[in-house]
Amino acid sequence: MNGTVTVRVQKIKRNTIKARLIFFLALAAILLLITLYADRLAPYDPYAQDLSKSMLAPSAEHWMGTDRYGRDMFSRVLVGAQTSVFSTLALVAAISVFGTVVGTLCGYYGGALDSIVMRISDVCLAFPGLVFALAIAALLGGGVSNAVLALAVISWPKYARVARSQTLALKSSDFMAAARLSGSNSMQMILRHILPNSLGPILVTAMLDIGTMMMELAGLSFLGLGAQPPTAEWGNMMSGGRSMLQTYPWLVLSPGFAIFVTVVIFNLLGDTVRDYMDPKNSRAQ
Amino acid sequence: MKHYAVKRLLQLIPILLAITFLSYGMMRIAGSDVVEQKMENTSGTVSQEMIDAAREELGLDKPFIVQYFTWLGNLLRGDMGDSYVSGKPVFSTFVSKLPATLLLTFVSILLTVVISIPLGIWAAVKQNTATDYVIRVASFIGNSLPNFFVSLLLMYLFAIKLDWFPVISKGIGLQSVALPSFTLAIAMSAKYLRQVRATVLDELSKDYVLGAKARGVKFSTTMIRSVLKASLVTIITLLTLSIGSLLGGTAIVESIFMWDGVGKMAVDAINMRDYPIIQAYVMWMAIIYVLVNLITDLSYRFLDPRIRLGGIEQ
Repeated sequence: MNGTVTVRVQKIKRNTIKARLIFFLALAAILLLITLYADRLAPYDPYAQDLSKSMLAPSAEHWMGTDRYGRDMFSRVLVGAQTSVFSTLALVAAISVFGTVVGTLCGYYGGALDSIVMRISDVCLAFPGLVFALAIAALLGGGVSNAVLALAVISWPKYARVARSQTLALKSSDFMAAARLSGSNSMQMILRHILPNSLGPILVTAMLDIGTMMMELAGLSFLGLGAQPPTAEWGNMMSGGRSMLQTYPWLVLSPGFAIFVTVVIFNLLGDTVRDYMDPKNSRAQ
Repeated sequence: MKHYAVKRLLQLIPILLAITFLSYGMMRIAGSDVVEQKMENTSGTVSQEMIDAAREELGLDKPFIVQYFTWLGNLLRGDMGDSYVSGKPVFSTFVSKLPATLLLTFVSILLTVVISIPLGIWAAVKQNTATDYVIRVASFIGNSLPNFFVSLLLMYLFAIKLDWFPVISKGIGLQSVALPSFTLAIAMSAKYLRQVRATVLDELSKDYVLGAKARGVKFSTTMIRSVLKASLVTIITLLTLSIGSLLGGTAIVESIFMWDGVGKMAVDAINMRDYPIIQAYVMWMAIIYVLVNLITDLSYRFLDPRIRLGGIEQ
């Protein structure tokens, strides 16, 4: 009796998580579509200057007002999404793939490779995140790709560690021994057995990382180390409007809320993916 | 315990060497144009001979590894060279700005503890009620706001609209530290609160809590005497782990609020391409971070008898 109730409760919980997952995936998809077609959706040219319309307050004509050069803020926020969202996604994709490959190889082969890579990751982790990124970005100079590179250097060890520990745990399991006995070579073992089984935790880490990375990337741009003006990017738009906060707050608030909303969507999606993957919530038999 | 402390201190040596080596290496990668940079600032045309002479003077013609050890020797004597911009010694500049950052960090941690621990415990005790829900949503929002946006929002609200605090910090005082430290505390509390809640929930689900309830022990007594005591180690560890992001976060927040600490110094140095200052900042921040982690490790071994008495190794 009690068992049946538990099963039913779990099933309901599972279904709610599934519904949430679909909902947030749809939201993220809408966001990506808007980003992709931002050029066409933007009511004005985000780079067209019209000094007669400078610093207009938000109105029906200009939803988020205009900036110092009379550029429409709404159009700039829309187009700015392309830089902010796509570079973040590229960053997270790159570090999760690189970290997973390195971590899996380290866990599988062990030995000198493992020691060397893990010591490198120790050193990367010994630097407080943004401090190291600041230094690298400073060395490389401004630019979105340099900021992405700076964050990539400090962030890959996290994935390598997750992949490594997954691989180590799987390596000692019985089914791996069986696969080896039945004649699988290392390549087959990694591709068929280890990677498919370790992807879950890596996916969760990556999904939860998108929001953080987006904020850090915007932070670097805010400091002038990422996207350079006149490129529309949320971080540098906020930095540009910062000195006029007192009189023209919309210059800071509109890109700020754009970052906030985007990060919220990705964080909610990340949390849901984590709950979905959590074995505690898995389908009851 | 003593043996462990010695072991950890010895392990520190290669990490410190790596940190200094990397800091030096990064500086040298940029260093190819260091001499030219200096020359650019002085006067018109510069001949190749002058560049070579300057390189020799700075020891840049020697092999990389020799230069590193010379630099390391100087470093141990507290000599980190001079700032390209101000011409003042880097080390004393850094030391003079450090107290402001330490104060900001300390107040932020204090605020974080005051905000997140009670709220985290409250949310855990009231699990799945409206209270829990509100606290979790607040934490979620705090987690999704970049700290430069929080800075500007707080500045707009409290400094411009309400005029409670100065927009730009005037020296180092209670009024000036309020907004920057609150900014940092919001982001940290949001992360931290979730972890405190999870830790306390985990502890509350243990059998001894049920046992105490069955014996008629007051809930508050169980809470204070056992649950909080048991959660303390995790809570402290998590708090020190967040110091890394705090140290990085101060850079942005300090430069927004014009707080005259090492973070603002570093951002200014980056804009001026003042490499010796950037190098000092990166290296010392890493060293401070490593030391804080070491102290945490040692302190929780001290706090947790299971670890102290060698029940759990590593």
